[in-house]
Amino acid sequence: MNSEHCLRFSGSANVPSILLVPPLFDEANRMRRTLVLTMHALSQLGHTTLLPDLPGQNDSLTKTQDVTLSLWRDALADITAKEAVPLLIASWRGGALIDDAAVNAIGWWRMAPLAGASIVKTLIRVRIAGEKEAGRTVTTDQLRGEIQNGPIELGGNRLSTAMLNELDAASPAVVAPLRTVELIEVPGSALWLRAEPGEDSAMAKAMAANISDWAMQCAAG
Amino acid sequence: MADDFDTIQETVRACLVDLLGLSRARVAAFDDNTPLFGALPELDSMAVATLLTELEDRLGISIDDDDVDVEMFETFGALVRFAAAKALN
Repeated sequence: MNSEHCLRFSGSANVPSILLVPPLFDEANRMRRTLVLTMHALSQLGHTTLLPDLPGQNDSLTKTQDVTLSLWRDALADITAKEAVPLLIASWRGGALIDDAAVNAIGWWRMAPLAGASIVKTLIRVRIAGEKEAGRTVTTDQLRGEIQNGPIELGGNRLSTAMLNELDAASPAVVAPLRTVELIEVPGSALWLRAEPGEDSAMAKAMAANISDWAMQCAAG
Repeated sequence: MADDFDTIQETVRACLVDLLGLSRARVAAFDDNTPLFGALPELDSMAVATLLTELEDRLGISIDDDDVDVEMFETFGALVRFAAAKALN
């Protein structure tokens, strides 16, 4: 299970470590460069940072049709259980749907969390829009019927019925201590929504400062 | 739920800034007749899909995909009117 890649930068021993849970699916690709910049900024503040690949995401060789939120939660529990030090869990967007599975957490930080049902809606709309451009008409009902017979392609991912059902029902769990940050609170924009996001080092620095501040408060807790 | 026209209009502007990476100054100058779909290369069908969900979340509305047609993305005014019709209904 945990043959997945995990990007790690080491920091000081006496400063809390930060585990980053990226957004899900395409949003993760759009955010990745800025998340890595955020890790660099956190390193400069002394934090060790970890950015694991969830199975079926980023460089993982696991097929997306074989993963579910439960499996991601298990993966996150495994990764965090192996860390000897307390961790602050920082999640973005759909990452907040699984971040509560982390163990050894001194606290959670979430940016722009959203319900799984919103993710599903966008995935289905992207598929419908793609079909329309190809001159075909499909409806949400047709796609939801089709997935009962096996995995279907949604927004560039082949997803299983189990994953769709779990996403439909998922919302960010109640965790404590938690700081939730909305986009309006940091300089920057919704890179996770952008077709061509590039990277935003000012936003990365601002997020790192916010995360570090919260991590120190949780550690002092 | 957003409950007045100006708030809705500003929310639509904010969505366009966030999604398309357009400058705030540029989007602030959009008026009713500013063309969107076809005029903004950033607004492709994928961006439209994301924009719909983002409008739902930010305005507390629900958009039936059957209600969505290309005309509502033709101008800024048309998009705001569509969002307002949903939010103020």
